Amino acid sequence: MVEINFNHRKPTDVIALRRLDELKSVHIDAKKSLVTIGAGLPYQQMEHGEIAQYIPALAQAARTVGSPQIRSAGSIGGNLGTCSPAGDALPVLSALDATVNLQSADASRSVSVHDFMVGVKRNARLPGEIIVSTTLPIVSGWQGYAKVGVRNAMVISVASCCLVVDRTNGTITVALGAVGPTIIRCRETESWLASQIDLKTKATVSPNLLQEFGDRIANESKPIDDHRSTAAYRRHAVCVLARRLLTRANSQ
Amino acid sequence: MNPNSEIYNLRVNGKMHEVRDSWVGESLLYVLRERLNLPGTKGACEQGECGSCTVIMDGQAVCSCLVMAATAIDSDICTVESLSVDGTLTEVQDAFVTEGGVQCGFCTPGLVVAIEHLLSQNPDPSEIEVKEAISGNICRCTGYGRIFEAVDKAVSIRKAKTS
Repeated sequence: MVEINFNHRKPTDVIALRRLDELKSVHIDAKKSLVTIGAGLPYQQMEHGEIAQYIPALAQAARTVGSPQIRSAGSIGGNLGTCSPAGDALPVLSALDATVNLQSADASRSVSVHDFMVGVKRNARLPGEIIVSTTLPIVSGWQGYAKVGVRNAMVISVASCCLVVDRTNGTITVALGAVGPTIIRCRETESWLASQIDLKTKATVSPNLLQEFGDRIANESKPIDDHRSTAAYRRHAVCVLARRLLTRANSQ
Repeated sequence: MNPNSEIYNLRVNGKMHEVRDSWVGESLLYVLRERLNLPGTKGACEQGECGSCTVIMDGQAVCSCLVMAATAIDSDICTVESLSVDGTLTEVQDAFVTEGGVQCGFCTPGLVVAIEHLLSQNPDPSEIEVKEAISGNICRCTGYGRIFEAVDKAVSIRKAKTS
């Protein structure tokens, strides 16, 4: 809509996807521990209730999107469609290895979010496909999302981070937003941390380990200088955010 | 009529309005102001940043600049024009005037709609809830202090009326 307002795009045909109730559905499969969220479900409806209960990191990310006006309209489908590295829901989808469900007139397919996000504002959606929903696992363990912006409300992320602890499998996943061409999964740091502590138990992270964790996360980021911030600040910010989230995970 | 034009109906402030010879891809803001002669809703940033175009759509505050007209068909739209009945200001509008919550006035309709929406759901909001509710409405004149005072005043007047 913004692109039309600014005359950057002049489509001749439009489809009002927001009127499709099917795109706003939430399906919780307790047996398979999966939540499928319609691509058009407004962020406002993720802040509380079932989604906040099963995927708290997503509720936290939803809470940081824009303003009440934006959260009553904006959705994961929009974040995925735009595929900006600063999209608030995207680090959560990445850290949870979400699946993106797409539908065209004659076929449907599911793609890993890692394959879906191709680059800055580029994704793997084909012409004629719409993003129907995303499927996320219900994970046992602490999870959280944090972001840095120039103020609390109504800001696009300067840097963001999602951290998920999976106590069952003894893994930790970390995804970074706004510090690379697309969302960055810190796989090297993840396996390093898993080799240092037993994540199945509530092993505490020593100050030295926490320090190195942040440094390693910062090393995996690939930030740039732009109109919102500098690469140096962003590298520092993801280091602080990741340490903060790991500290929170530990105190639970 | 140009080939992309259609005739459609929009329900605004409880009344059906026929929109003629226009494209359904326009923003709701543009339709309200330029086609339905309802200029109370202001257009400023046209990218959802400033909140001056806030309207209520199916019970939710939204930026009308981000709503495609085609999306708004079959919805209930309430604009700032629907608030005052017979020229009598609501408590919120009146408090904006008496507490000096208006300077240039450009953000005022959006703020008033956002605050009326908040109070309709939460008649006695805390300070942080008021801040949250208007976090998407940008005012560059007042520094917000007098706007918060106006909200406090409107809340206490409404409380006195209902008790």
